[in-house]
Amino acid sequence: MKTIKVSVVTPDGPVYESDVEMVSTKASTGELGILPGHIPMVAPLQIGAVRLKNGSNTEFIAVSGGFLEVRPDKVTILAQSAEQSSEIDLERALRAKERAEQRLHERKQENIDFKRAELALQRAINRISVAERRI
Amino acid sequence: MASLRDIKNRITSTKKTSQITKAMEMVSAAKWNRGVMNAKAFVPYMEKIQEVTASIAMGSKDSNHPMLNSRPVKKTGYLVITSDRGLAGAYNSNVLRQLYQTIQQRHKSNDEFAIIAIGRVGRDFFQSRGMNVVLDIVGIADQPSFSEIQDIASNTVGMFSDGTFDELYIYYSHYISAISQEVTEKKLLPLTDISAASTKLTSYEFEPNAEEILEVLLPQYAESLIYGALLDSKASEHAARMTAMRNATDNAKELINSLSLSYNRARQAAITQEITEIVGGASALE
Repeated sequence: MKTIKVSVVTPDGPVYESDVEMVSTKASTGELGILPGHIPMVAPLQIGAVRLKNGSNTEFIAVSGGFLEVRPDKVTILAQSAEQSSEIDLERALRAKERAEQRLHERKQENIDFKRAELALQRAINRISVAERRI
Repeated sequence: MASLRDIKNRITSTKKTSQITKAMEMVSAAKWNRGVMNAKAFVPYMEKIQEVTASIAMGSKDSNHPMLNSRPVKKTGYLVITSDRGLAGAYNSNVLRQLYQTIQQRHKSNDEFAIIAIGRVGRDFFQSRGMNVVLDIVGIADQPSFSEIQDIASNTVGMFSDGTFDELYIYYSHYISAISQEVTEKKLLPLTDISAASTKLTSYEFEPNAEEILEVLLPQYAESLIYGALLDSKASEHAARMTAMRNATDNAKELINSLSLSYNRARQAAITQEITEIVGGASALE
């Protein structure tokens, strides 16, 4: 089967680089699947998982605040943070989730903090779900 | 001439100072290594985001996104990156001097500019001169992670959007090599010279559309420019500190050498004098 090169890049360095058969992820407008030969495209991503399918093997990467760029020969995911499922610190994510939930309960009035806590919660949940799919 | 004991005291204290500077040199060397590595790891992201931003911004020329268009400048923002601590040679003073001179040349009153200071040295410098510091951030880690500075960067970008200033320059020292750093001025906002960066452009499909993507992409691009400058100047800081401390250690060594020389001379002079006195005393008895 045809494959396409995928790289996931964050400000702290490249996270993933490999050839895969399909990339599927959640763009801001909805689920998005990229197969080799896709037309060049740019789309912002939601906080979510990127699934990289290669044969029977599927890898998960948790990304937040990112972009998907598709070129004829390459797919690049630019994200502010990205972790492969094997690298996620589950304990830390669980702690972050608790913290975010607590904050959401405490200050429902202040808008900015509320938004930030909500984003933090989303990120934590995303990490947890990506990490657990591996098990 | 100083007494033997005075010289001895100076030798010991210089030795102690040189031990400290030597240790600081080694600490900075380790940090410098990591700093350079961080700056290198960031390059692929920067290149990529620049490429994408350039192609989108070029592709939608008629875009009237506020971050792409120059507007009449009523107030200029300056983002200056310095260190929190001193003892880094001319690292901080070079940046501060250049910015200070530029401000004096360009602006007549305090209302025409606003300063965002990263690092304690820069903040104190401008505050003590009564200049308009609108935002200051101290206590940035030696190896800042992107999430750590994201708030700063988005605050800065937000200030541009809400009109606190109409253009933004960034001042930092660009890392060239371990012994040379250069003060750099970069125009950060509005992003007018973005097209120059990339040569081969791809025409993209946009999902959902170019405007909405620019809405998300441009702030991110500006944030990563700030982050890149910060990493760059952190590498410079550690390199500058390392060099400064090495010079200090070398100077201390030299000083110790010359002090030991005069110590030995003084010791010899004292012995000679004693012998002369004894001989003089003995011959007086005869």
